[in-house]
Amino acid sequence: MGGRRRARPAKIMGAVLRFLVIVVTTYLGLLAVTFFIGRVIPIDPVLAVLGDRAPTHVVERTREAMGLNLPLYQQFFIYVRQALTGDFGISVLTTNPVMTDIRRVFPATMELATLGTLIGAIFGVPLGVLAAVKRGSIADQIVRVIGLVGYSVPIFWLALLSLLVFYARLKWVAYPGRIDIVFEYTFTPITGFYLFDALWQRQWDVLWDVFRHIILPASLLGYFSLAYISRMTRSFMLNELQQEYIVAARAKGLSETRIIWGHALRNAAVPLVTVIALSYAGLLEGSVLTETVFAWPGLGLYITNSLQNADMNAVLGGTIVIGSVFIGINLLSDLLYRTLDPRTRQR
Amino acid sequence: MSTVTETRPMTRREWLLSDRPQSRTQARLGRAYMTWQRFSANKLAVLGLLILLALVFVAAFANVLAPHSPYIGDLANARLLPPGTEGYLLGTDDLGRDILSRLIHGSRLTLAVVLLVAIIAAPVGLIVGAIAGYAGGWVDAVLMRITDIFLAFPKLVLALAFVAALGPGIENAVIAIAITSWPPYARIARAETLTVRNSDYIAAVQLMGASPTRIVFRHVMPMCMSSLIVRVTLDMAGIILTAAGLGFLGLGAQPPLPEWGAMIASGRRFILDQWWVATMPGIAILIVSLGFNLLGDGLRDALDPRESGQ
Repeated sequence: MGGRRRARPAKIMGAVLRFLVIVVTTYLGLLAVTFFIGRVIPIDPVLAVLGDRAPTHVVERTREAMGLNLPLYQQFFIYVRQALTGDFGISVLTTNPVMTDIRRVFPATMELATLGTLIGAIFGVPLGVLAAVKRGSIADQIVRVIGLVGYSVPIFWLALLSLLVFYARLKWVAYPGRIDIVFEYTFTPITGFYLFDALWQRQWDVLWDVFRHIILPASLLGYFSLAYISRMTRSFMLNELQQEYIVAARAKGLSETRIIWGHALRNAAVPLVTVIALSYAGLLEGSVLTETVFAWPGLGLYITNSLQNADMNAVLGGTIVIGSVFIGINLLSDLLYRTLDPRTRQR
Repeated sequence: MSTVTETRPMTRREWLLSDRPQSRTQARLGRAYMTWQRFSANKLAVLGLLILLALVFVAAFANVLAPHSPYIGDLANARLLPPGTEGYLLGTDDLGRDILSRLIHGSRLTLAVVLLVAIIAAPVGLIVGAIAGYAGGWVDAVLMRITDIFLAFPKLVLALAFVAALGPGIENAVIAIAITSWPPYARIARAETLTVRNSDYIAAVQLMGASPTRIVFRHVMPMCMSSLIVRVTLDMAGIILTAAGLGFLGLGAQPPLPEWGAMIASGRRFILDQWWVATMPGIAILIVSLGFNLLGDGLRDALDPRESGQ
């Protein structure tokens, strides 16, 4: 932490300001798009609420109550203000405020995506390293094919097949859902992350049951992030292994293990963190299809259920939440990259 | 005196690889030949190309190739027959329709979706990126900010929301996917534009008095094409998967259209006993998107040697 690295305050202010502009415009953009989808595309939101048989004066009153007689920019302004306070309206399907619903289902999605990313990183990074070190070998080809299939396979189809094999035929895992119905009433979650809650309360039978439910969907999501992570790891590692410091380390007589895991991977770690963060964001999105197949009561299932019932408030609320987390992770990983990698700091 | 101008007739290969092409056509053919050489050395890429040629062939001759009607099944005698049954190679679905015939006709939908998205999204991205890169200044800043905003969105979820508002259907699915897939093309086009905008030939065209519109459309955009083609090809697999996902959720193509994603959805109910109904369309999707990925990888290595380090 020498003095040379400390940038001048004006420069820092500039960078912070630029970052703030990016954050604000990106979120405003997200809200503008959902506003456009919700208020502009449907021919008449009032009609959607009242149906086409309502008398004229009711239509007028509703129009006013919904603020639809205001100019569009004022409507957008109100919309942004409501969205910032977490007010996405009432879900027609559940009659709860959308935000209440989302708060209830969100931990399930988070738990699934987190475990999926963990699995993806734990297997993806070593596979990528192996492929890079043994470039051109059979192992490299196998890792490549695993990755390519991961990029090409429809996730919901693989989910169905895995249910068929591991649940119906082999009976290794539990049926779709999050927890056995027996525990539904005896187990009271605290955080909403069932694995953690069960561990915390030392309910080992619950923990085992929860594990048998989550392992299949999490492994599937993990496979998808593995495809991405292993490919990127390979490319980063190849890049590092060509550097001169590797030659120097070899010349010093360091063991190959030490060179690969201690030196090369360590330098590849910074972009890898970004990649893992991005794949986490991708899994939050990928959970929409996976949750549908596994009847996993998370945000993805909530959105698709609402879609099927034309519950636009819930759909758009869910879109905003997933979009916000997605954007947040994107920006964070960008920031992380800049702070972790000293090379991006000098300049 | 005539040691240089040897009159031995050139072989076709020499003509193609000539350092001094006599015409524009010869230069273009020569470059195409070299690209093909690099491309065809990659076995997997050729496999990808073959898969896609097969897809185009099947889609073009679906009427001739399909043994049965994709819409009308034999409800009385042929419900849920397993694969390999006489006359039904891949089995039949719950309405007695031949799955192979439906897959063959479904290839048309897949191809149509992919092409339409590419035709809509690629030019939009190209124009936005080329204008941003060539104009620079605030135009660049504003256009790229908009691009980055769209780039930061989760694509599938946004497409879902669009389709929810527009109503389910294959046309709306195409529009929704196109809206969410143009930003990467804009970024690529801008990057390519930035590398050529200060080059001598652009300065020469400027001196000749060409308008900015003409420069962007005639002299900048062609330079962006190869990178763009690579990226579009690589994206096609993702487009197919998104379209199939929308179909699976009942938001894409509607029954009785033989869209592969929708076919998986309808086979979902019988997955435990009649596994083939949902399995076969998934294999078709996997093969086709694998083909696009292999072709895209190969094209990237052949056209864009700079990026092929991985």
